[in-house]
Amino acid sequence: MYIPVYKYLNNVFCASKLVFITFFIIICQQLRRNMPIYLASWKTPPSVFKSSKSEAMANLSNEGVVCAPLDTLTEEEIMMKEMVKKFAQDRIAPLVKTMDANAEMDASVLQGLFEQGLLSIELGPEYGGTGSSFFSTILVVEELAKVDPAVALLCELQNTITNKLFITYGTEEQKRTYLPRLTGSFCLSEAGSGSDAFALKTRADKKEDYYVINGSKMWISFAEQAGVFFVMANANPSLGYKGITCFIVDRGTEGLHVGKKEDKLGIRATSTCPVTFENVKVPKTNILGQLGEGYKYAIGILNVGRIGIAAQVSSIERLQFGKSIFDFQACYYREMQHQIAQVATQLEAEAGRPFRKRGKHGQVLAQRFAALTTSKCIEGMGGVGSQKIIQLKNTTETAKFV
Amino acid sequence: MAALRALVGVKRVIDYAVKVRVRPGGGVVTDGVKHSMNPFCEIALEEAVRLRERRLLQEIVVVSCGPQQCQETIRTALAMGADRGLHVEIPAPQYDSLGPFQVAKILAVLAKKEGVSLVLLGKQAIDDDCNQTGQMTAALLDWPQGTFASALALEGEQLMVEREVDGGLESIRLRLPAVVTADLRLNEPRYATLPNIMKAKKKKIEVLKPSDLGVDLSSRLAVERVEEPPQRQAGVKVETVDDLVGKLKEGGLI
Repeated sequence: MYIPVYKYLNNVFCASKLVFITFFIIICQQLRRNMPIYLASWKTPPSVFKSSKSEAMANLSNEGVVCAPLDTLTEEEIMMKEMVKKFAQDRIAPLVKTMDANAEMDASVLQGLFEQGLLSIELGPEYGGTGSSFFSTILVVEELAKVDPAVALLCELQNTITNKLFITYGTEEQKRTYLPRLTGSFCLSEAGSGSDAFALKTRADKKEDYYVINGSKMWISFAEQAGVFFVMANANPSLGYKGITCFIVDRGTEGLHVGKKEDKLGIRATSTCPVTFENVKVPKTNILGQLGEGYKYAIGILNVGRIGIAAQVSSIERLQFGKSIFDFQACYYREMQHQIAQVATQLEAEAGRPFRKRGKHGQVLAQRFAALTTSKCIEGMGGVGSQKIIQLKNTTETAKFV
Repeated sequence: MAALRALVGVKRVIDYAVKVRVRPGGGVVTDGVKHSMNPFCEIALEEAVRLRERRLLQEIVVVSCGPQQCQETIRTALAMGADRGLHVEIPAPQYDSLGPFQVAKILAVLAKKEGVSLVLLGKQAIDDDCNQTGQMTAALLDWPQGTFASALALEGEQLMVEREVDGGLESIRLRLPAVVTADLRLNEPRYATLPNIMKAKKKKIEVLKPSDLGVDLSSRLAVERVEEPPQRQAGVKVETVDDLVGKLKEGGLI
């Protein structure tokens, strides 16, 4: 898709090489001057990603674990990557445009993801999964995001949130019932609170051996596709956040309404809907984990999810740099690319390590880069950029959205 | 139903999506180039896996002849559903002169050794485009052959093969054991699923040497010379239609 633009630019480039270079250097200088504050420390090459230095290294020696370089993949990991790449190219790529335009995930994609085992990467074989590592999840998400960030998000959420919640906190019966053939949807955000777990208004009132949930959730990802909802509701408001409990609510439950999906800018193929609960009866056995521990689970799980999101976003960035359009725009972009490579490495380094704080860190960095680079890409392309803006628009929207 | 086994050949070739570069002095650049399983071999393997899923086959043995890296191709085949692998290791210098005849000899010996009743191969490899290995293997084994198969049905000891020929589709009935080569429209190969990729690691790959099989790999062909196609000559630019007509007349073209 990008090749014609490249050719065009290349022609321009050859025809008026000198003018172009001069012009470009000026732009680069401009860009450098306008560098956002959070990148200021990276201005001077060679740019070193600070936290990658001390933190990661120190921990390595403490744990006494010998790690192979992160870009050295095992035979299975290479095969997985190849398979996902092929699958994404053949089965997802032709549908990306329609899915985005209709803001709807194609059923065949979801089915394909299940069949290929991409929605149960870390689940043990006893639950129909692969029993692979978190690192593999990251690889899969990256490959999918190169073709469609929306599909990557689905895969990411399913692996790092739904499956993780069931595996970590679920009872054996819950695992047997829900894994791995159902997509889950994590209902935390509310109109007044975003995904801030502490300002939650949804209530769960205890009656005999069941709870009655009332309240409404906003911006619930994949609410349209989900077969099961994890609902964060406060079972004892007097205890504040210590009353928040995670309930498992089946899609068909009476009183559960999935609202009209939001008309978003990016990742449109993922449905984001409000979900309302009107006297939804949930049996006691559907509490996930312990009563009153919900906030803890939510925070812990979202941290894992963030690393995955970071992988998705970093893939979008690399996707842009992987294309030849920017090959000759060396000075500024090379430097950026360098830094992105470091972010990516950092992200990969996070996989499989304790990541409470770093998860969000990684996501923020990757997001900032995605937003910044996509904007710069359009600027950098100038007139040609506006012609092909639709292609870039897609990535920009996605980058800013996450 | 007797327990049938199938031998499936999988060749490691330069990936179909790679733009092949010619090496000065003959051959093509293979170092650092992405390789994968020959697409026709993939189709043959898929057919075998489907037969086994319908319980018409008991075991699928995949074989690849060539250097160490062929084990990656075998591993992919195992992830797609084959049961075990045979790697006939042929070091690089010898591999360069390995032709269909030598491979056919190896396959024939292995077919006997493994006691298979069906040899399933791709109709040709996308690198040398020889389209000979299946036919030669059938001849060496003195088994019937069904080449260019676009449909396959196993009925007891008989095999119905639909072949793509110039005039349309030809249906033939073969008696097992037989050799079948797969054409493009036989099926659409699956992607290896994630769980199967993990399981493939545990399946066995046996490494053999051609000498173990008593196969002589010396080639009877000698390459006389390899030439690049002649360079296209530059044309002439003309200013006007009259010039053009003049030039054409000059060349005796009109």
